[in-house]
Amino acid sequence: MNSKKMLQISGIQEGTVVDHIPTKSTFKVAEFLNLKEGKNIVTVGMNFESKKLGKKGVVKIGERFLTKGEVDKISLIAPDARISIIKDYEVKEKFSVEIPKILNGSISCANNNCITNNQSITTKFYVLSKDPLKIRCHYCERTLGKDDIEVA
Amino acid sequence: MNFKNKDIISIRDFSKDEIIHVLRTAEKIENKPDIDLMKGKVMSSLFFEPSTRTRLSFESAMRKLGGDVIGFSDPSGTSLKKGETLWDTIKMADKYSDIIVMRHPVEGAARLAAEASSVPILNGGDGANQHPTQTMLDLYTIIKSKKKIDNLNIGFLGDLKYGRTVHSLAIALSHFNVNLYFIAPDALKMPDSYLEELSEKGIKYVEESDLMKVIKELDVLYVTRIQKERFPDPVEYKKYAGVYQINKATLEGVKPDLKIMHPLPRVNEIHPEVDDTDHAIYFEQAGNGIPIRQALIALTTGMVK
Repeated sequence: MNSKKMLQISGIQEGTVVDHIPTKSTFKVAEFLNLKEGKNIVTVGMNFESKKLGKKGVVKIGERFLTKGEVDKISLIAPDARISIIKDYEVKEKFSVEIPKILNGSISCANNNCITNNQSITTKFYVLSKDPLKIRCHYCERTLGKDDIEVA
Repeated sequence: MNFKNKDIISIRDFSKDEIIHVLRTAEKIENKPDIDLMKGKVMSSLFFEPSTRTRLSFESAMRKLGGDVIGFSDPSGTSLKKGETLWDTIKMADKYSDIIVMRHPVEGAARLAAEASSVPILNGGDGANQHPTQTMLDLYTIIKSKKKIDNLNIGFLGDLKYGRTVHSLAIALSHFNVNLYFIAPDALKMPDSYLEELSEKGIKYVEESDLMKVIKELDVLYVTRIQKERFPDPVEYKKYAGVYQINKATLEGVKPDLKIMHPLPRVNEIHPEVDDTDHAIYFEQAGNGIPIRQALIALTTGMVK
């Protein structure tokens, strides 16, 4: 990262950086991770230059590391996202998200008349296709696309 | 093929071979009924919403095999009113019976019940989602009257957007080599997600709004009711409901062995004057619910292999 880019978004001592988010989905990633409710220091940036995406978004979260379920959730709306785990201002680990074959509990079903929205049970979805994203609810069998996906 | 303890939740859970095995078992049971096959066995019949036809058909199927039936036909007056979860209700019924048939207004309820239960669950309809025993009896009706499923031209008429029976039957037919015709007004067309699924499986289909353009090509015509409650505007309903009425005039020039099916109840989609023709097989179709449900009861309880 050159010094100019460093100025655009400040570093963190410990935490997680989600990079390469399609710029329009940046706030949705923040919403998915429920960042509004937490006390962590959060930096949300969008419209950064990106060779691959044209424009991209970045979300930095201090003192928080993501669960597999959260990473799976991000993969649905930002399939090219890269996640860096920061410790002592250094990148300790860096990996790309990947859309899993089965999503457990990450998202809620868009069908109001689905049993998962009527009784307290964990959702489960099968990924039918990654691009365009199509998933099927294990319970009500409704096929959902990218626009139907809501945070659980 | 082992069906013992298999839950019958969705037609999507069945391979082609499994479907054929169920149809063959139904045929065997129909030809040679065994009135003691389910003797000493109990079926819980849990109807969380009323459905007279499905309930009577399941209960008759079980009783004709010598089994007993317990349960409720309407959830009012049960502990569900006290707020019992579906999970707990199923856990209770599981201890009292060898098999559970259930109908529920919420989609996915049957799948959840199957996860709670150690005895087989037969889904008698979960909201707008699945009604697999109806699909099986529809397939059985086709194969009984046409002696085959492959190479048939099968038309679906009416409300293809919301019609659960149409969606499930189309998915089941995608295991076979069939040509499908979806005949509906624009507002009630077959949903894209189902059409895409059929295309992926290499099924050829035609979408058409004018029945008369295609009726002469058909071997089977599956008619469905256009439901009044689907339309906010009664004028719109009348417009569509009147368009697709089958009567003797509609049937002029069709293939002599065209068979007309309907999941019933009908309102005015098929004129009673058609009932006496060789084309009508909808009452026979309703009757086929008995051997199909007997086959599924016997297979899943392990009484027949």
